[in-house]
Amino acid sequence: MIVGSQICKRYPGGLEALKNVSFEIAGGEMALVGGHSGAGKTTLLKLLSAIERPTSGSLIVNGQNLVALRPAALPFLRRNLGLVFQDQKLLFDRSALENVLLPLEIIGLAPRDAQRRARAALDKVGLLTREKTNPIALSGGEQQRLAIARAVVNRPTILLADEPTANLDEESARQVLDLFIAFNQVRVTVIIATHAPQNLFPGMAVRVLTLNHGTLTP
Amino acid sequence: MKAWLQQHLAALVRAARRLTDSPLSTLLSILVIGIAMALPAAGYLCLDNLKTLGANSSRAQQMSLFMNTGASEKTRSDVEKRLEATLPDQWRFVSRDAALRQMEANEGMAEIVASLPRNPLPDAFILEPDNADPEHLETLRATLSAWPGVAHVQLDSAWIKRFDAFLRLGRLAVHLLAVIFAVGLIAVTFNTIRLQVLGQAEEIEVARLIGATDAFIRRPFCYSGVLQGALGGLTAALLLLAGTLALAPPVSRLAALYGGTFAPHGPSFLHSLALVASGAALGWLGAQLSVRLIRDQ
Repeated sequence: MIVGSQICKRYPGGLEALKNVSFEIAGGEMALVGGHSGAGKTTLLKLLSAIERPTSGSLIVNGQNLVALRPAALPFLRRNLGLVFQDQKLLFDRSALENVLLPLEIIGLAPRDAQRRARAALDKVGLLTREKTNPIALSGGEQQRLAIARAVVNRPTILLADEPTANLDEESARQVLDLFIAFNQVRVTVIIATHAPQNLFPGMAVRVLTLNHGTLTP
Repeated sequence: MKAWLQQHLAALVRAARRLTDSPLSTLLSILVIGIAMALPAAGYLCLDNLKTLGANSSRAQQMSLFMNTGASEKTRSDVEKRLEATLPDQWRFVSRDAALRQMEANEGMAEIVASLPRNPLPDAFILEPDNADPEHLETLRATLSAWPGVAHVQLDSAWIKRFDAFLRLGRLAVHLLAVIFAVGLIAVTFNTIRLQVLGQAEEIEVARLIGATDAFIRRPFCYSGVLQGALGGLTAALLLLAGTLALAPPVSRLAALYGGTFAPHGPSFLHSLALVASGAALGWLGAQLSVRLIRDQ
């Protein structure tokens, strides 16, 4: 469960990216964070993944208040979060499989178990046959699916994605979104930031948190 | 515990891979570290060899004990007994007659000796103590001088003291050199690891975002520093060994020209091990300083 209460985020220089934002997202829920460019979507996702901290207010993720979280506890919080970025942040000096193995190396999983689990994640996103391929040789959609495989290989309880379909063609975007639906169906909380929430899951009842100049609109 | 070991092993493998990924720069770094370590180590080895040479030289530890010219046979016998108790098998007796004959045998001395009304030389003992420590020799000289019937004990202490002072000065210079080069080695490792950290900035960022601790991120860089330092130490030991092998024949020939036998020794196994270990330790220190950058990123 995620509970945000009166969250404000002010950057040095005075820019107020979020103003008194309060919300609740239940465990296993899927939510979209919508809004125009500069509305504060990415800032909210950065706060949820503890990349940045709120200036004031409280933000509780998986029972931990991120405002008071010790820096040493951050890595352990992030191990329960799956992060998917618009630019994927893949490592191009290693293969697709090695990219997915990285989170498992970090938690110290035995190499054999790690290999098995990483291959299962690649299979889930349809990239098992490309495990030895360098990400640079993958298409945009495949790179995004690889990023999702890396995000979910640790079996996170929350999956956060920032504009995951922004640079993809329609078919690739559909494949990526289907993956989010699949993970949500197994009770993973999915939060996706997008500038066009209405087009993402047509025909599906998905909750949308709309931000406008840093405030949540009803 | 097993997971912890696996993470360290994986970090070591990653560090080795990073080094082999850029073989030329790795080789140059190792060579720089090796040469930096070889210079003070060579100085130390030189001093160690000189110490051995000094200890081997009979002149360095020879003392002459002169009896009173009128000393009786009994007094001489007492001194002999005392010497045997103090320095067993490290002395020989030279009678006043034998000393005169030796003198006579020297070129141009026969006539002078013949003109003497009587033998002016005393009975003497030549001492060659095993312990050539200058302080020990000085104490021994004072003790022997106090024995009854002993007129004078001569010790070439000035020569020994000069030699010892030279060795002390050399040791100090080597230590200073070692400190300077150790700082240099730390700087070299610091810079190499810093470049690695900057080159891996993207990987560090990704690892952080997916839950890596600072220790996990720093570990391969620290191992990289340790590996470079250890390999540098090994290079230093090999350079010293090669240098000793190249110098041994001409040094031995030179020693033979002076009527002695001397072969310089190279670094021992323990000496080499110490070089590798200190290289690894200094590499680790340089890497530790460098990976602080990660925290600041």
